[in-house]
Amino acid sequence: MTHISVTVDGLHRHGDVEPRLLLVHWLREDLGLVGTPVGCDTSNCGACTVLVDGRSVKSCSVLAVQVDGRSVTTIQGLSQEDGEWHPVQKAFKECHGLQCGFCTPGMVMASVDLLSENPDPTEEEIRNGLEGNLCRCTGYHNIVKAVATAAAEMKGASS
Amino acid sequence: MTETVMRTDGAAIGRADRRKEDARLLTGRTNWTDNIQLPGTLHMACLRSSMAHAKILGIDASAALALEGVVHVYTGKDFPELAGSTCVWPVTDDIKMSHYPAICVDEVKYAGDVVAIVLATDKNTAVDALDLIDVDYEHLDAVVDMEEALKPGSPLVHSDMGTNECYVAKMPCGDYEAVKARADRIVKRRFINQRLIPNPMEPRAVVAAPRGMSDELTIWTATQIPHVLRVLLALLTGIPENHIRVIAPDVGGGFGAKLQIYREEVLALVLAAKIGKPIKWTETRSEHMVATHHGRDQIQDIELAVTNDGQILGMKVDLLADMGAYLQIITPGTPLLGMFMYSGVYKMEALDFTCTGVYTTKTPTDAYRGAGRPESTYAIERIVDEAAAELGIEPLEFRRKNWIKHEEFPYTQIAGLTYDTGNYEAATARALELFGYDELRAEQAARRASGDTVQLGIGISTFTEMCGLAPSRTLGALKYVAGGWEHCTIRALPTGKIELITGTSPHGQGHETAWSQIASDIIGIPVEDIEVVHGDTGRAPYGMDTYGSRSLAVGGQAIKLAGERLVEKAKLIAAHQLEASPDDIEFSAGTYSVKGDPEKSTTIQAVAFEAFTAHNLPDGMEPTLSGESTVDPMDFSYPHGTHLAAMEVDTETGKVTLRKYVAVDDCGVQINPMIVEGQVHGGLAQGIAQAMFEGALYDNDGNLLTGSMGDYLLPSAADLPSFITDRTVTPSTTHPLGTKGIGEAGAIASPPAIINGVVDAIRHLGVTDVFMPASPQNVWRAIQTAQSSSTDTNGGAA
Repeated sequence: MTHISVTVDGLHRHGDVEPRLLLVHWLREDLGLVGTPVGCDTSNCGACTVLVDGRSVKSCSVLAVQVDGRSVTTIQGLSQEDGEWHPVQKAFKECHGLQCGFCTPGMVMASVDLLSENPDPTEEEIRNGLEGNLCRCTGYHNIVKAVATAAAEMKGASS
Repeated sequence: MTETVMRTDGAAIGRADRRKEDARLLTGRTNWTDNIQLPGTLHMACLRSSMAHAKILGIDASAALALEGVVHVYTGKDFPELAGSTCVWPVTDDIKMSHYPAICVDEVKYAGDVVAIVLATDKNTAVDALDLIDVDYEHLDAVVDMEEALKPGSPLVHSDMGTNECYVAKMPCGDYEAVKARADRIVKRRFINQRLIPNPMEPRAVVAAPRGMSDELTIWTATQIPHVLRVLLALLTGIPENHIRVIAPDVGGGFGAKLQIYREEVLALVLAAKIGKPIKWTETRSEHMVATHHGRDQIQDIELAVTNDGQILGMKVDLLADMGAYLQIITPGTPLLGMFMYSGVYKMEALDFTCTGVYTTKTPTDAYRGAGRPESTYAIERIVDEAAAELGIEPLEFRRKNWIKHEEFPYTQIAGLTYDTGNYEAATARALELFGYDELRAEQAARRASGDTVQLGIGISTFTEMCGLAPSRTLGALKYVAGGWEHCTIRALPTGKIELITGTSPHGQGHETAWSQIASDIIGIPVEDIEVVHGDTGRAPYGMDTYGSRSLAVGGQAIKLAGERLVEKAKLIAAHQLEASPDDIEFSAGTYSVKGDPEKSTTIQAVAFEAFTAHNLPDGMEPTLSGESTVDPMDFSYPHGTHLAAMEVDTETGKVTLRKYVAVDDCGVQINPMIVEGQVHGGLAQGIAQAMFEGALYDNDGNLLTGSMGDYLLPSAADLPSFITDRTVTPSTTHPLGTKGIGEAGAIASPPAIINGVVDAIRHLGVTDVFMPASPQNVWRAIQTAQSSSTDTNGGAA
């Protein structure tokens, strides 16, 4: 067992973990943060995407011990403290960018990272940027629209 | 004569409300089955056969049992009689039905079949223990190819049956041989609807637990069919139905894959009852690839009898349908769900249909988005393009010449179905306008003339399908062992809030929003005050669940009737309170008022409180305010549409690019057009994925070669374009809401649109078909084959 100490969704969390334990399983099973789901076992689907120090990471492809001393944000910590949603969350609802919602936590977190890197992406850049996140319900049409809408919203807010 | 209208009336119906479901889904407060962690849970893991077909000579689990944390290991000998799934649709009198063991006893019949299960105190230990179980197999020959399977001397999947032929179903309509004799030309093709793996994003999961003070067992499962499942679990396990509560919590997509009873559900329930502890199992994605049923897998030999001036006389359909190793819930019926729809939108005098179900040593097949109608639509929409090409008639012109005209509805087609309404002309006109058809045809001609290595093709699909499963008597006539009705109860609570209890079971379709919109219009209470209760046999006792684009088409009718009954009862109470005759009471937007005296009024919320206190009700009236309805639909409904695809094909590499896709659908009245459009998008992506990307592949030994997401190509955002969509609105006349269905339309319509476009791009090279998926390999091979046969036969390629 290895002791780790991590800031998760703004709270200090620590625990003893098996070296083989994946970050997503630590989040789900030890911390009870079940908002981050597991959709595959080959790191293809991206449903488990979280932010580590602000950058998107598939939490099934990182060991819990690798985030020792770092900061993790899940879908459950994305809203502001007063409960106000992140512009990406708002845009997904407004644009009907989700149906069953299983890919949504990962899709939203990947989109947040995409926009932090490229605040004004073209449709092609959005599509390529989300290539690592699979959705089976929406055909991606409204996800792309939601990310573009969030980009416009965030740009308006920052100017 | 049918009327095509744009609906503008109604307060909530027709409004693009943002979804109620989204708040929990967007903030990670979702209740997936795998999120459930009960104290004392034992985790189940399944040891799956690595061989497609083998005898089990012995199993040694001693090392697994010695592992710390392992509580039990079970093999087939522990449950020799227990079935893990069952088939409710024996389609013919002499069908050969398989027994699907919960755990294999002496033989495995597909790679992925379960030979043992482990229960352990944590998930990792359960999985680790699987590696410690030693199974001694004796190899048996695999049965992979359907045509080989039917030959004498083929190895047998079920040796006791003496054959791999599961059933032969025939449906002769009209006299095909007679029309064939009159025809100028018989257009023949062999189409392949390849095997697909559904892959909803949420893998399957199940938790079963003894709960409460009674004998009740609760089973949470990622299913589309909690109500049907409860009945089947009772029948298979012997546990009384009234002791079983099935809950489908948030379910992350289904597409037919969760329209099933699976062995993991049966085992979890039986073990929870036996051991008295919660049992939990969650599928891995790679397990999903072998352990969850597959879809499609048909060889279609199609003939179309036509005249030289372009009239369709008749059609012959001869199918081989791969059942896989066992029959599950509707395995044999799935190909037959398309049986009546092979004539599509066209008039013809004869349809000769035969389907042979074949056992193979592969994962069982069953319903997958569209279930039977994608196959029939593919066959008819592909063969009409081929007929048009052989006759030298423009493919749209050929369609127009043969389709049912809007003034001819209701129209009884060759298989005996009466299409309620439709307007193929209107949908096609709108699609052509959005597509820029003439400009693209001009570009196609220019590229052909210049010998461009990238050629352009235009694919057309003018489809229809049947929705709204189903009138119960019809299901009975088809030997299906259940009804097709749907239930709704609407309860007005004392505080004026509403509980709408539905028997449908959504898994992404937005029923909570759309059902609230329907009820809101009828009972005059805002959508935010309506709570939709679903997917729990403890709270919604009756239902037939969600599949086959039935939820709105059938369940919507029940909502309407239940709402009207509630309003009617409330009217009697309101009249009593207002000291007026019920005949003098008017109801509008939730308010009851006395005709001619609008000051005298009360609200439905106030009436609900009066019904609760029951201090002052009309004589003889029962307290409480609710309305309920169980509706058996009068008939199916028939959505349709016109889809157009512009396909670019690199003739040197076989690479296919989808440049533009237009979908104009007509699903009748739309309750929430935003949700409708989302359903279209998702259906398109799955249909396009079948046509361009996906396919389950087996080797000759019956091993699945596409056994993970790394090998089975699900399209990402980078693989698809944005879609251009619109709707025409031709209300259904089979029920008062006027809705049809839209959940499967995109997946049904798009495969032939894509492949017609690909073939159109390279037809000048002699190509007359391209197998799905239109991968570079398949397209390149089609070009090479056509070119070499054209050289061989001096230009006479078929």
